[in-house]
Amino acid sequence: MQTLIFRTAAPYLTGLMLMFSVFVLLRGHNEPGGGFTGGLIAASAFAIHGIAFGVPAVRRALYFHPMAISGFGLFAAAAAGLPSLLFGVPFLTGLWMSPAFFGMSIDLSTVIVFDIGVYLVVVGSFTSIALALEDREHD
Amino acid sequence: MLPFAGALLAPALVRVMKHNAGWLLAAIPLVVFLHLAGMLDAVSKGSSISGGFDWAPSLGLRFSWFLDGLSLTFALLISGIGTLIVIYAGGYLKGHPHQGRFFSFILLFMGAMLGLVVSDSFLMLFVYWELTSITSFLLIGFDHGREASRRAALQALLVTGIGGLSLLAGLLVIAQATGMSELSSLLGSVDALRNSPLYLAALLLVLGGAFTKSAQFPFHFWLPNAMEAPTPVSAYLHSATMVKAGVYLLMRLNPVMGDTAAWETILPVFGGATLAIGTLLAVRQTDLKLMLAYTTVSSLGLLVMLTGLGSDKAIEAAALYLIAHSMFKGALFMVAGLIDHEAGTRDITCLRGLRKAMPITFVAAMLAALSMGGLPLFSGFLAKEQIYYALGSPEGWQAVLLVIAVCGNALMFAIGFAVALRPFLGDALRTPKAAHEGPISLWLGPAVLGALGLAAAVAAPITHRFLSSPAASAVAGSPIEVTISTIPHIGVPLLLSGLTVALGIAAYVRLDSLRGATAGVLQAIGWGPDRGFDQVLRGLLRLATGLTRIIHNGRLDIYMTVTFVAVAAALLLPMVLFGELPSMPDVPALRFYEWGVLAIAVIGVAAVVKARSRLTAIVSLGIQGFAVALLYMLFGAPDLSFTQFMVETLSVVILALVMTRLRLAPTDRRPHAQKLLDMAIAAACGTAFALLLLKVTQLPFDDRLSQFFNTYAKTIAHGRNVVNVIIVDFRGLDTLGEIAVVMVTGLAILALIRIRSKKADVHAPVRKEA
Amino acid sequence: MEAVFAILVGLFFAAGIYLMLSRHIIRILLGVVLFGNAVNLLIFTNGRIIREVPPIIAEGLDVPAGAVVNPLPQALILTAIVISFCFFCFLLVLAYRAYQEIGTDDTDSMRVAEPVDDGLPPMGY
Repeated sequence: MQTLIFRTAAPYLTGLMLMFSVFVLLRGHNEPGGGFTGGLIAASAFAIHGIAFGVPAVRRALYFHPMAISGFGLFAAAAAGLPSLLFGVPFLTGLWMSPAFFGMSIDLSTVIVFDIGVYLVVVGSFTSIALALEDREHD
Repeated sequence: MLPFAGALLAPALVRVMKHNAGWLLAAIPLVVFLHLAGMLDAVSKGSSISGGFDWAPSLGLRFSWFLDGLSLTFALLISGIGTLIVIYAGGYLKGHPHQGRFFSFILLFMGAMLGLVVSDSFLMLFVYWELTSITSFLLIGFDHGREASRRAALQALLVTGIGGLSLLAGLLVIAQATGMSELSSLLGSVDALRNSPLYLAALLLVLGGAFTKSAQFPFHFWLPNAMEAPTPVSAYLHSATMVKAGVYLLMRLNPVMGDTAAWETILPVFGGATLAIGTLLAVRQTDLKLMLAYTTVSSLGLLVMLTGLGSDKAIEAAALYLIAHSMFKGALFMVAGLIDHEAGTRDITCLRGLRKAMPITFVAAMLAALSMGGLPLFSGFLAKEQIYYALGSPEGWQAVLLVIAVCGNALMFAIGFAVALRPFLGDALRTPKAAHEGPISLWLGPAVLGALGLAAAVAAPITHRFLSSPAASAVAGSPIEVTISTIPHIGVPLLLSGLTVALGIAAYVRLDSLRGATAGVLQAIGWGPDRGFDQVLRGLLRLATGLTRIIHNGRLDIYMTVTFVAVAAALLLPMVLFGELPSMPDVPALRFYEWGVLAIAVIGVAAVVKARSRLTAIVSLGIQGFAVALLYMLFGAPDLSFTQFMVETLSVVILALVMTRLRLAPTDRRPHAQKLLDMAIAAACGTAFALLLLKVTQLPFDDRLSQFFNTYAKTIAHGRNVVNVIIVDFRGLDTLGEIAVVMVTGLAILALIRIRSKKADVHAPVRKEA
Repeated sequence: MEAVFAILVGLFFAAGIYLMLSRHIIRILLGVVLFGNAVNLLIFTNGRIIREVPPIIAEGLDVPAGAVVNPLPQALILTAIVISFCFFCFLLVLAYRAYQEIGTDDTDSMRVAEPVDDGLPPMGY
């Protein structure tokens, strides 16, 4: 699949898809989207990159091992539940704060941390699966 | 309970202190013993000590304990003999690599046994009962390198375990019949159970438990086999304590279950039979431990018989014999182990003239044998006198019991002295090891027990006041005063005693020819329950193998067929049988592009099924997936739609990656009949699901939960996308679990792919087999 | 509207089950995918179907204006899709590895764990 057109288009495609995935993730709370969808989009992006440039290139670009990303995501999601314990509410209860930021109010919450955790788990796991299958060195 | 804590400590202690740990660990049972002894005074005055706490009050389950004369007598025997046994084991297993484990097991057992005798609630009784079975399994199989040992352990576990289940059933029946689940309350209303229609069922089930535990005929076979255990175990479990658990149960239940025709027939008959068979089998043995084991069987038979007779005298006799037997049999077992340990053999025909080499052992053995033989001045004598008082004026068939008792006691007399005299008298024979006196830890136990057998009888009034009278009263359910003293009285019992001794001496003198005779008889019979046990087990294994072959035949398609036939039947049958079929729906008004998407989905599905090449299969799988995604989009589920799109894309990519490496086509090469059958099953399942769904959607819809989410998504969770709010906020814990699953899947797949590259040789044999 | 979906679900189930009854792991795998879709659609239809109104609260409102599609089944299905994708990947890799090791995709020939004729178990103790 290492055709010229594909190899030329792939980096832009990957970059666009990654940006789109983050966008989908962050708007997920109010519009369609969210961690699962965003994560899958990002995983597809890496899969495409891997098909175009080979698995080592993706691994280099990712810097971390995909499973490590996945593990960090799970950790973040679980940790997002912990602050609720401090406030004496059940585990994983969403907590919100809206600090003013350059005159703009931004909603920050543990729920967003949780959703980012979901995103990272999905990205990490599926990228890892896809890369493992693309990697033909073992055959 | 203290012994359990000790069991945890034991291995560490042994590592530090080697075999001397025995001395320190013996402090544990000693403390228990002294603590219990402190209660003697109160209990002997007729009061009982109880306590407990609720465990599951809604189920009426409680942990509770109570101590009366009977419990206390048992508990004192267990902890007292336990102390000596732990010391003994310290010397006996000196240098054994697993000594710590051994101490651990034996203390565990001790805790279980103590728990058993002080339990009040049925629940606790049963739990401890099974615990003694399990710990005895561990102890018998302690020497797990030998097959005989493993077999004996398994046999003991199975026999007593099945008995335990029988007991559980019996206890449940009792609880059902009387509405009481505690022994103390049961003892408080004595007639409740006897008058119940469930009495006989309860009795038989409880007896099943008691008889297996106490090795009554025909379940006696496991006890001699259990002699594979190290001698301290035999001395402790299989003479003094565990096997008495069954007797304890019977004595405990005597006030509520006894005094009926069934009780007074079954118990004496089985007890008598066990007594007779046990002594006969004992005569033929030449191994010291086996001889003692079979006499233990017969002693247990005697105890069961006495409990079953139920008269005050019989109960007094049972209480006395119980105490005496624990002491002399424990001592004799320890002597046997000591001889084995020092001389290297337990075969009575190879042992002679040890009295010079092992004088203390000889004295201890003599003390125990005198008590076992029932000679005056010893506690065995009190017991035997009392037995003959109880049996002295037989009516009808009970005369048979008397004859059995006399003969049995005579043979036990002979065997007791055979064990205690034969190895010590005469000219010394060469033994595998040069015999010499054992260390103090080894002879302390038998010496103390032997001396106690003497002291208990000499100080009979004290013994009676503190031990035998309270115990007998508890068994009888009404106060009894045990009065018998060690000075012989002229009368029928003394005459019978004399007869027993005379017969016993005769048997002792002619022991060798008797052994030959019984061996011949047994050879002629050939088959026994022991052999039967093997046959049953083997049959069970065959049956299990056969069943496994039928049910678990290794063909996935058959498992699947069975599963889906069951699914279709489970869905369709109730609908048809109860007339719950949905009504015919109207043709809905869909827009043309909606029909179009539906048609694409159908075509995709059909194409997947019919696909002849792998590319077609992948593409058509993608088509149906995208069609489903479109459906979600059209019917108000954009989130689902996105996700489905991405999943389908990735699926197609991954499938394409893998399928190109699999050299196979997804075509179906099966006979037509098989295909038709599958189609029928699939069609039935499909119809069933469709009908179910139709029916469900025609029923009124309860949307409270959905309304809840719609109402609060914005106000509480600050999100306008209700679906996402549900996922990350309202049901966040589910999602957390789910992403954990996703991650584990990723790990598993990585492992699956990598496993070969590192360990290529591991799979080589697998490939060869296939 | 639900009726059409019910029939579609039935069709998906039938196709999925037919494929799963096969003896080839690849066909079983395809069957599992169809089966997963069938179950998702089943849940979706159970929540009743309304056209084109996603459960998203418009800007500035606290509750949805008018009737929206039931959000609960959607939340369930969203996670189910991801999980069944995981399941699919795992099965696929398992089948692939099994094919590499054993050299067949016929479940009847895969008898490493359950050999055709393994003798009696050991009869000793």
